[in-house]
Amino acid sequence: MLTVGTGNKAIASAVRDAKPAVVAAYPITPQTEIVEEIANYVSTGALKSRYIPVESEHSSMAACLGAAATGVRTFTATSSHGLVYMCEMLHMVAGARLPIVMANANRSIGPGWNINAEHTDSLSMRDTGWLQCYVASAQEAYDTTLMAFRIAEHNDVLLPVMVNLDGFLLTHSIQPLRTVEVGDFLPPISLPHAIDMDNPGGYGTLTTGDVHFKFRWDMERAMRDSVHVIEETQKAFAEAFGREYGMTEDYRTEDAEVIIIALGTMGKEMEVAVDQLRDEGVKAGSMRIRWLRPFPVLDLAGRDVVVIDRDYSFGYGGIVAGEIRAKTGTEVFSVIAGIGGQEVTYNDIATFVRDRRPGGELWFGVEDS
Amino acid sequence: MIEIRLHSRGGQGGVTAAKMLAYAAFLDGKEATATPMYGAERRGAAVVSYIRIDENPIRVYSQVRNPDLVIVLDRSVMETVNVLDGIKPDGKVLINSATPLELEGHETFNIDLTAIALSLEMKLAGNPILNTSLLGALAKYGLVSRESVRKVIAETFKDERNVTAAMQAFEELKI
Amino acid sequence: MAQIPDEEYLCKTTTACAGCPSSLCLRYVTKAAGHDTVFVIPACCSSVIQGVFPTTAFNFPVYNVAFASAAAVASGMSEAFREMGKETNVICYAGDGGTVDIGIQALSGALERGTDFLYICYDNEAYSNTGMQRSGSTPLGARTTTTPAGKPDFKKDIDAIVAAHNPVYQATACVSYPQDLFNKVQKALTIPGPKFMHVLAPCPPGWRFGSDETIEMGRRAVKSGMWVLWERANGEFAVTGASKAAMKKRIPVAEYIAGQGRFSTITEEQIKELQQQVDMAMEKFQKEMDGIC
Repeated sequence: MLTVGTGNKAIASAVRDAKPAVVAAYPITPQTEIVEEIANYVSTGALKSRYIPVESEHSSMAACLGAAATGVRTFTATSSHGLVYMCEMLHMVAGARLPIVMANANRSIGPGWNINAEHTDSLSMRDTGWLQCYVASAQEAYDTTLMAFRIAEHNDVLLPVMVNLDGFLLTHSIQPLRTVEVGDFLPPISLPHAIDMDNPGGYGTLTTGDVHFKFRWDMERAMRDSVHVIEETQKAFAEAFGREYGMTEDYRTEDAEVIIIALGTMGKEMEVAVDQLRDEGVKAGSMRIRWLRPFPVLDLAGRDVVVIDRDYSFGYGGIVAGEIRAKTGTEVFSVIAGIGGQEVTYNDIATFVRDRRPGGELWFGVEDS
Repeated sequence: MIEIRLHSRGGQGGVTAAKMLAYAAFLDGKEATATPMYGAERRGAAVVSYIRIDENPIRVYSQVRNPDLVIVLDRSVMETVNVLDGIKPDGKVLINSATPLELEGHETFNIDLTAIALSLEMKLAGNPILNTSLLGALAKYGLVSRESVRKVIAETFKDERNVTAAMQAFEELKI
Repeated sequence: MAQIPDEEYLCKTTTACAGCPSSLCLRYVTKAAGHDTVFVIPACCSSVIQGVFPTTAFNFPVYNVAFASAAAVASGMSEAFREMGKETNVICYAGDGGTVDIGIQALSGALERGTDFLYICYDNEAYSNTGMQRSGSTPLGARTTTTPAGKPDFKKDIDAIVAAHNPVYQATACVSYPQDLFNKVQKALTIPGPKFMHVLAPCPPGWRFGSDETIEMGRRAVKSGMWVLWERANGEFAVTGASKAAMKKRIPVAEYIAGQGRFSTITEEQIKELQQQVDMAMEKFQKEMDGIC
């Protein structure tokens, strides 16, 4: 169906079409439209689901855990403070191997109270065992949320998936949206370790040092296997619905001498900078990282790399830049830009490329950084 | 790509207008994005929405700095906001105004959307409904087709007076 | 009748909605508390209406804290001040969401530990700051953005929950009766220990009534018994102000409901239930006043 919708509306529509049995909901700006839309769908019968209006985010993930443990499909959404408030539960549901899907509206964490786009929230949760995808359009938000359920619930994965979208920049941006008839693309969930009254057992009991690491290794193996599941799911999506997605979205990278890397909406806007630079004779290209967990294989050999981090790890550096450096050995030029919704235009991005210093770091807007 | 900045006050339907404009452009086979800017969001506060319309997919998310068209739904915002900020040298302005207003150096289109709304007794929470008549004016301006406007309004609102208001504004706006 | 001082602590530049009950409440709370006070404010409307850095419309010390943490932060702050020998008032100023839902753990702990602080919950019966989603404090039948067909559950009785912790002072108030509110805050701050006040804050955009009707809506709440003004100081209970009359004669709940758009989907059955609840609660208050419990 052809319509328009915000990034939030796109997520809510996908949830409606994925038909989770239980949705736990707690409002937080700028995600509120997601939980409100879903409340409407449940109220009108467009979605037959149990809607639990919990009292906090720790509880929304706990409620999802309880529901998912019975073997049903579940969903929740949050942002920044809510995400880090449920941190303990993020670890728990990944360790419990529950295929929960959650949308996170990327927003800065206080103090001060800044409610604008920033990636530190989800990036600071990258060690929890959740798969993480970053989307850059309402259409991609819709498509990825549908795919997320299939990926999470795959027997080779059985890990929760976080779909991240930029607060306000995407959550509130009204864009064209095409919804689909999901049909067989999303088979019913079949959780192998769902609570089974005929086969009772204890979940999450005590584990000793000679056993616990094996459970964690199982999670890592699932993360590694998730790469082929993601690729296969994205391929099946393209076949069914005509829209293609990769682990990254690459733009004019084939003969590029300098590559810009970013997540989210900046990762779309940087393409305009690429075009501008190309017109100037600079062989620029861009890679928008979609899947951050599992970390993608990046072909950066022989190119200059400019990484824009809309986040920071204090005392260390830009988180994405750090991961790329560690995984590829590349001397990236790290730019910190967009923190707290700081305006970053394609002109600014083109300037980062022109002024790049491999191995250096620039805090956009700070004189002597 | 056409870049538009829409100035209104909270509660006047400016955000819905932006959304409907994007939808109409989409129905015309174009790409469009509309982004409301949220500050301290409350009734009566001056608000801004950005709309972009293009043949190709829109990849820009940063604010519209240099609008081709500035729309002012409530003249009173001009007391505290410089609505012409950054406007392109050949940029134009469309104002909801009872008395014609000419702005320095920019072609200005005046239309009394409030009068149209009131003539049809279209009000919500005491405010005249301006967004549907605005759509009609924007169709006359040439941003979107009249047919798409009619379709979008009919889909969004049950009350048929909304389509009437749009068509009336379409007739009234002098280009 | 205690004299309300002239000094204003809220500047006229708050970014509150027209008709905002919270800023009205805070105006009188600050006048009653005086200069030697720090306010601990979790995420809520009051966080936002201070305005944007580098200025603030609140001309008094404020510590803005995470949603769930107000009473715990106040606990630490109060202990620190007292350890330093200071008598500085520590006041939590929180909405219903930050009190009744996500903030309840911290509140319970601070009360149970006998923390010397005053916790004021201004109750607009929804998560107003984020756009009017339901809270545990939303009444039966009220429409919010997450209860589009009207809330199917009753309003959580935070007063009973707090009372179970035996605070040294507990009271309710309503922004429509500022003298009563002022008196109670002033009195509370003379008693060391954990103190709790629950203030009704009728919210024009949330409850859907005109921004010039805030005071009237609060009055109707009290006159109908949907909100009761009372006070319990060191174990002694009393109904106060306009609620005294309401105990004997009140306007029907239906009349209170009628002026608010949020009750547009409420059923006759639900109105009956609310009326019953009011009548039962008033009976209970009468018994407590008469010393029969």
